[in-house]
Amino acid sequence: MTRLTIDPVTRVGGPLRVDLDVQGGVVRDAWVAATMFRGVERTLIGRDPRDAWLMAQRICGSCNGVHGLASVRAVERALGITIPANARLVRNLVAGAQLVTGHVTGFYRRQLPDWVDIVAAVEADPTAASELARSIGDSPAASVAYFRRVRERLAALVDSGQPGIFAPSLGGNGSRLTPAAALVLGAHSLEALEWRRTMTRLQTFLGGKSPHPQTLVVGGMALTPPWGGPARATGEHPRRPQTSAPAALSERGLHVIQMLIDGARDFVDQVYLPDVLYLADAHRGAAELGRGLGNLLAFGDFPEDDSDEPRLLLPRGRLMDGDLTTIDAVEEAGIAESAAHAHYDAAADLVHPSDGRTEPRYQGPPPPVATLEGVTRYSWAKAPRYWDDPMETGPAARMAVAYAAGGPAGSVIARTLTNLGLAPDALGTTIGRIVARAIEAKLVVDRLEGWLTEIRTNLASGDLAFVDISAWDPSRWPAEVEGWSLGESPGGALGHWLRIRDRRIAAYQVIDGSTWNLSPRDGRGRRGALEEALVGTPVPDPATPIEVLRAVHAFDPCPACAVQ
Amino acid sequence: MHRPEDGLYAALTRRGMTRRAFLKFGAAMATALALPATYAPRITAAVERAPRLPVIWLRGQGCGGDTEAFLASAAPSVGELLLELLSVEYQDALMAPSGDAAVATRTGLAERYPNGYFAVVEGAIPTADDGMACAVGGRPFRDVVREVADGALATIAIGACAVDGGVPAASGGGTDAVGVADVAPKARLVNLPGCPVNVANVTATIAHYLAFDELPATDARHRPYFAYGGLVHNQCERRSHFEFGEFVLAWGDEGAQKGWCLYKLGCKGPETFANCPTVQYASGTSWNVKAGQGCIGCTMPRFWDSMGPAHARLPSTLPFAPNVTADQIGLALVGGVAALTVAHGTATYARELRNRVVGRRRAAAATRQATPAPTAELTLEPTPGSFPASAPASTASAPLDDEPRSTERPT
Repeated sequence: MTRLTIDPVTRVGGPLRVDLDVQGGVVRDAWVAATMFRGVERTLIGRDPRDAWLMAQRICGSCNGVHGLASVRAVERALGITIPANARLVRNLVAGAQLVTGHVTGFYRRQLPDWVDIVAAVEADPTAASELARSIGDSPAASVAYFRRVRERLAALVDSGQPGIFAPSLGGNGSRLTPAAALVLGAHSLEALEWRRTMTRLQTFLGGKSPHPQTLVVGGMALTPPWGGPARATGEHPRRPQTSAPAALSERGLHVIQMLIDGARDFVDQVYLPDVLYLADAHRGAAELGRGLGNLLAFGDFPEDDSDEPRLLLPRGRLMDGDLTTIDAVEEAGIAESAAHAHYDAAADLVHPSDGRTEPRYQGPPPPVATLEGVTRYSWAKAPRYWDDPMETGPAARMAVAYAAGGPAGSVIARTLTNLGLAPDALGTTIGRIVARAIEAKLVVDRLEGWLTEIRTNLASGDLAFVDISAWDPSRWPAEVEGWSLGESPGGALGHWLRIRDRRIAAYQVIDGSTWNLSPRDGRGRRGALEEALVGTPVPDPATPIEVLRAVHAFDPCPACAVQ
Repeated sequence: MHRPEDGLYAALTRRGMTRRAFLKFGAAMATALALPATYAPRITAAVERAPRLPVIWLRGQGCGGDTEAFLASAAPSVGELLLELLSVEYQDALMAPSGDAAVATRTGLAERYPNGYFAVVEGAIPTADDGMACAVGGRPFRDVVREVADGALATIAIGACAVDGGVPAASGGGTDAVGVADVAPKARLVNLPGCPVNVANVTATIAHYLAFDELPATDARHRPYFAYGGLVHNQCERRSHFEFGEFVLAWGDEGAQKGWCLYKLGCKGPETFANCPTVQYASGTSWNVKAGQGCIGCTMPRFWDSMGPAHARLPSTLPFAPNVTADQIGLALVGGVAALTVAHGTATYARELRNRVVGRRRAAAATRQATPAPTAELTLEPTPGSFPASAPASTASAPLDDEPRSTERPT
């Protein structure tokens, strides 16, 4: 028996620790601990509900803006506000761009180093890399000269003795990829770094800055078209001196946003999706690794109309025990959290978040912490459960629900999985989670242009409304009211709950997708989603637990989102 | 190990960076630092001879937003930063190794990086519960910060959380979170507040160090003047509307569509020192006021508690009768703040600053470092200074040393 600790787990959104009990080269038990707590839910109490989204969005800067959106939606539900169509569309654009950015950079920055050691690219033949790149994708940069330059750049880095973040990873251990593939994927990960800037520009146009966009308002968006509509170039008095970039909703700004969306789609189509499919194809037969709970939960997101129960681009639903034929409805009342194994002053009972409290008190061993085995309260993450069951959330759950729901999205998912020789229930495995993320990025990036077109159509028809301020004045608010929102962060099913009393926030609770995935054990001792997925993972050599890292990163977990 | 004799420019060209791109970088940095264009060649020349600077980047109680901001750097691009300018040895969001292998890159720092390294701290540092509200490698983050920051050539606290605790330190948080200054008092600290930090200010600070072999001049709160020396209000593109008395009165109204002043909806531009209006975000794409939402004062000390609520005017801003109107305030402020405008970007600035702050810091560094930094030949002789005695008039009169809000009241 071997005890194995990985702390810090790097390439995730905050401090994370994994403890493993390894017997006979296989993980027998696992403890996943989020090791940071900030108290955002607590600092929100007493503040103006109209400001809540500003602080709530600081929960995560990697999953940029999603908590601001979830928060503003919860306040709007509490106050009975329906936002204008234009505001919904801009919010979809911002959140959609974030999801695509997160998935693409997540693959190249956080997951890929587990599958390939970029340093191996130094040995690669640029001709072979060029041929490989042309055979798997459509990237315009695929010449021999291009790959020779990239190889020289990487070689200079390695030769300098200062590889920096490109220090050799475990990804080379048992890698099935050739040096040529390492060069192609390494080149693409450098390109993804640069590509990300175009996405930041898109988000900055619509959000004013990124991370932490600042254009939300309770009731809609602070973003406005120019007076008289986007086509009207002047009409300001005096004219703004700023000329470096057009305003987002001016004719020129909308044009630039369109081009940025085109660039986003091209990169997903030509580089990211082909790379993921290539990686998955090269690892056929490894599909069983990292199989998790089989209980999948998606709150769904991207409302496509303005009704109370809008159609969602990513549908809402729940699948149980690996059964992808029956979608259960999701009821907000079914969500509850247990702090039985978390560092809070709380009973072990499951509590609905509208009654939830956050009273932090560290109850683990004194530092330095050697092991978590046998420690009752070992994580800052609470354990959310849905009608008492642990659930996996995230792209795999969303794609499984979309697959089960059928329709055009369902057939895209089915076709992709068939081409890879994967069964639909393989979405809930290490490879499946990575593939699900790429399919989802494709579905969303293809929809961005449609939302922008709808905004342009509305503006052209004279609908310039981006905000409903009918409930802005607190004197019209009820004395006490509750609100909540269910949606999706890139990491998984996201909910915010709050109570407003006497114009102030009286209670606030957050359960993020990563809270579900990084959940510790609950009051009945059942493991969370990642813990369950780690059990059974082969660890032939404790010094190189590469399959464990692959399984963890395939969830793309975000401890900052999981624990606020 | 890096080779001190092997200059950056040689390394860059070997890696395929063109001379033109390199000159562009120098120009971009000169702009960010508000130095005259004639300084661009000097920056370029100095950076040419610098080896890649090792960086230990620690992340504590934060949201990762400053890492994300860093990764969106455009000039220099993030690829140039990571591959050519810096050697980011430890950064838990980016580095390939995990666990003990990761920790190893930030242990035995003095032996590992004999020519020195920069520490970057992102996120707040909890002190309650023995600091275990943020643990890395089973140890309190607080201890890791001390270990790394104390021996660094410089420690850059980026973002509001690392500067003064940020969100975790806002009232009610419960972890007694603090900034770097409170746990590592010996560190040579540069504070770059903001939520998140503007990456242009991070790269400009590093470029300043590489070019002049010293840190940029800072105020009593360790904030560089080049970034935090001017009021948002004075640099704002909507400032003229303030003076005309043209205000947005409700979200989406005619004034909002015409791009009028957001002061009446709570904009904290008149109370906030930052360079957002001039540097903006994503290479001048936009900033929050341009996009339609006022400033929330995120570069100011303890801003979550001191600058809120976001959509109401601060009661303490103006010492007038409570029934004074924003229009009257506007007229008064025009006179008041204009007198306090911080002038920067003169040659005097750069020369003075080399003679004072840097000299003092280098002297302190020399006593601490077993081996002098390889870039030391670029430095002037360390002259332990008497800052701010020799400060130029343009900065000496700036109300920056403490609590700018209380000193910029119009009379």
